[in-house]
Amino acid sequence: MWDTIFPYLLSGISVGGQYALIAIGYTMVYGILRLINFAHGDVFMVAGIIMVYIAASGVPLWVSVPAVLVITALVGFLIERVAYKPLRTAPRMSAMISAIGVSYTLQNLVLYITGGLNKQYPAIPLISDSIKIGSATTKVVTVVTPVLVILLVVALVTLINKTKIGMAMRAVSKDFETAQLMGIKINSVISTTFVIGSFLAGVGSVLYFTNYPTVIQTSGAMPGLKAFVAAVFGGIGSIPGAVIGAFIIGIMENLIKGLDVILFKAGLITKPLGLAIFSDAFTFALLIIILVVKPTGLFGEKTTDKV
Amino acid sequence: MSELDVKVVPDVETAGETVLKLEHLTMQFGGVIAVNDFSMHIDKGEIVALIGPNGAGKTTAFNCVTSVYQPTKGKIYFHGKEIGSEKLHMTPDKVTAQGIARTFQNIRLFSGMTVFENIMTAMHLRRKSNLFTQVFHLNAEEERANRQKAWKLLETVGLTDVAEEMATSLPYGKQRLLEIARALATNPTLLLLDEPAAGMNPQETDELGEFIVRIKKEFDLTVFMIEHHMNLVMDISDRIYVLDFGKPIANGTPEEVQQNPVVIAAYLGSEEIDAPVGRPPKAEESRASQPKQAEAPLQGASAPIEVAEGEEEVEEA
Amino acid sequence: MMKKEKKPALITWIIVAVIYAAVFVAEQVLPPTSMLFTVLKKGATYALVAVSMNLLNGFTGIFSLGQAGFMMIGAYVYGIFTIPVESRPVVYQYYDGGLIQFTVPVVVALVLAGLAAAFFAFLIGLPVLRLKSDYLAIATLGFAEIMRVLIQWNNMGPLTNGSNMLRLYPSFNDFNIKDASGNVTVYLSTLVPFLIAGVCIGLIVLLLNSGYGRALKSIRDDEIAAEAMGINLAHHKRLAFCISSFFAGVGGAMLAMYQTTVQAKFFTTAMTYEILLIVVIGGVGSVTGSVLSSFLFVAASEWWLRFLDEKQMIGNFEVPLLRNGFRLVVFSIIIMVVVLFFRKGIMGTKELPDLFRRKRKEAAK
Repeated sequence: MWDTIFPYLLSGISVGGQYALIAIGYTMVYGILRLINFAHGDVFMVAGIIMVYIAASGVPLWVSVPAVLVITALVGFLIERVAYKPLRTAPRMSAMISAIGVSYTLQNLVLYITGGLNKQYPAIPLISDSIKIGSATTKVVTVVTPVLVILLVVALVTLINKTKIGMAMRAVSKDFETAQLMGIKINSVISTTFVIGSFLAGVGSVLYFTNYPTVIQTSGAMPGLKAFVAAVFGGIGSIPGAVIGAFIIGIMENLIKGLDVILFKAGLITKPLGLAIFSDAFTFALLIIILVVKPTGLFGEKTTDKV
Repeated sequence: MSELDVKVVPDVETAGETVLKLEHLTMQFGGVIAVNDFSMHIDKGEIVALIGPNGAGKTTAFNCVTSVYQPTKGKIYFHGKEIGSEKLHMTPDKVTAQGIARTFQNIRLFSGMTVFENIMTAMHLRRKSNLFTQVFHLNAEEERANRQKAWKLLETVGLTDVAEEMATSLPYGKQRLLEIARALATNPTLLLLDEPAAGMNPQETDELGEFIVRIKKEFDLTVFMIEHHMNLVMDISDRIYVLDFGKPIANGTPEEVQQNPVVIAAYLGSEEIDAPVGRPPKAEESRASQPKQAEAPLQGASAPIEVAEGEEEVEEA
Repeated sequence: MMKKEKKPALITWIIVAVIYAAVFVAEQVLPPTSMLFTVLKKGATYALVAVSMNLLNGFTGIFSLGQAGFMMIGAYVYGIFTIPVESRPVVYQYYDGGLIQFTVPVVVALVLAGLAAAFFAFLIGLPVLRLKSDYLAIATLGFAEIMRVLIQWNNMGPLTNGSNMLRLYPSFNDFNIKDASGNVTVYLSTLVPFLIAGVCIGLIVLLLNSGYGRALKSIRDDEIAAEAMGINLAHHKRLAFCISSFFAGVGGAMLAMYQTTVQAKFFTTAMTYEILLIVVIGGVGSVTGSVLSSFLFVAASEWWLRFLDEKQMIGNFEVPLLRNGFRLVVFSIIIMVVVLFFRKGIMGTKELPDLFRRKRKEAAK
């Protein structure tokens, strides 16, 4: 029984870690701007495409990976400056529409550049190699991901709790206007948030596309939405919440993918039910349930809204 | 005066027919007790004012009456029927349907609509037509009656000339009048006014006082208002309740309240009162520790209090 | 008392009548393969869907992103109930001809499509409509994704044909009147979608102009004040959600007719985004704007900007950048410019009759 479940669990942890890296970007931006950055999943996809093209130019790995991360961070920075900054005083709906517009633009831009074809993601030595753990054969990346996620999250939490810019971020997320009045440079805080979020999405994309090695303009949509659900599940605005939510969603999703096999091996069903296709739908069902039962998520703070 | 020094003063019964009754109303937000053990009542045909320093919990009390908040403790009765308690939470529209209408401290008009449409919207509540008859315009008679009534209401508040203007393009004072007219369009028997004179000059305030008395008669209303302009309060109120730190510290007729040393102390402590009309009490009587502050505000006899705040109460969704 | 001006309404009616007459005449005169008709058919479909979305997002202030999901429900219900019985074994070839073995008239199927979408809206609305703006957006989007997967589920196959397409049901071209030898005598394939969309949009306009319409707008403007004026928020939001979904369902059925095939994977989140952007370009809170921008959007993407997707030569000079996909890039940029700099869109909150109206002040007595 365990042998049946273990491989699904393992890939669940891995993909959960990759969702976590995207989810942090959502949760940080929402914490500060109260904006669902619908384009964040597409930033993740763009990071994948950039890697494809940089690797194709033949530069060595120790150049291409850092280059991807830097360019992705820059993309995030530019998106904020061009599409969100002008709308800072506009109604919330406008910023959300702008985010949807950016998502649409990025997808179309990539469609144009790639001609709408699936692009093969370059194999990255070391993490692309196969490894055998217990009953499961998998790529090294599966094992590397959770470790890397934990390291990055610890670094990020330290940054937020110990540094000056981190303190500014916390202040802004608590009270935007007061923070501004206290002399905090709102724009640089917001930019930093987008840079960090996009950087982590870049890291996530390197790990994710090593496992699912083709990139197309729509590749970011589903992981993006799932990461957002993870952020809501964990309590939007909370980084540990987003990470835990992402792992839970990653694991559940993969268990559902294997549910037919698991149930069959356990003797509970005699023919497959085709439940695997519900792995995506499950995420959204979970979202609706959590929003109805506990809208603040697992670790979210109760928001105070003026009536 | 600190919060702990405030003593709850019980409600005093009166002879009339009770319209609204609060029993030990308490509203707590987290650690903040915005309204604390507040009992009061209003009789039919009265104008009752609720006064108190900023942050005393006046608007919160209003919000409990109109079911925007569910009270933490206590009961609210309207015409003898329970409309809110720690167990019973109606939605605000149900309360309005019972016959309680209100205005807001920070004006809340429908910004995307004209003055006329704002009034028409408030009449949706008493509709006899349904979705089908409305969509296919089978309710012409009702619609005509409603339009006539809306027009009459605009005449009452003197806004017919701006009927087709966008509501939010009106000057401040007219917006307040429109809010009152809109509240009247729901056919209330009890009208709650949250600082109707805020931002008005003395002359406008006087006119507003006359206006409130007039609509009270014309529409057979009972009026419950929060107000900072003491002249207005003293002029038109039958009785007054005073809140401080959420607790009722005094009640009675205007004369009784303005001579009540506890009230004076509460206002002076928070450095804001429009001078009470009538004999000023001696300084040492009210606040021995701050005699200087006691003098200054007592002299300006008619200047209205600056109300600087946008939203007064501790509010939480 | 106030008097309503009659003239603007009259002019509007004349304009609408002229448009319908022009569509009818054009269809008899121009070759049926003309790009114009593709644009008009798809434009009419999108106009209805965009207006239904505007009813929620623009007039009630509910930011919903479930439109593609409700369209999909409508499209499937239409397809399922109108595929001729003799064609079912071919369509449902993997499911023994499918579960349902009868057909209903097209008009009935359209209404059923709307009702089914409204029914699902009612169900999902119970939990979801209590949520705040952005959470509601993501929850409705999630709902659409769930429905998409559910329809494609193998075990639903006898009803929905699983992930295979539905086809061979009546499409717009079947409205053309033919003589005995099969030649078309009167072309109606464009007029019919115009009529369906026209009736539906007309109903929405009637709703918006009624007391219920005012109630919805008051919720958009200020929920707290609306509730204090006695408007039951839950009831009216649910009403708007169900009505909007009803017409999205009808719009989905129209899209099915336009495309002649239906497949769940076609109704993606991207489709919802596209419709939302149409609404924004037209003006959030303007029915006229949504209609105009639907036709503009479809015309630009299917017709006017097509040249951007192909190599173009000016003399011997090859215009750079032009190749497959460039049209969409240009499109995206136009949309971003509108979103960022022309936030009111084409019409703002104005409607067609407003354009012929004297200043508001004079209109009041």
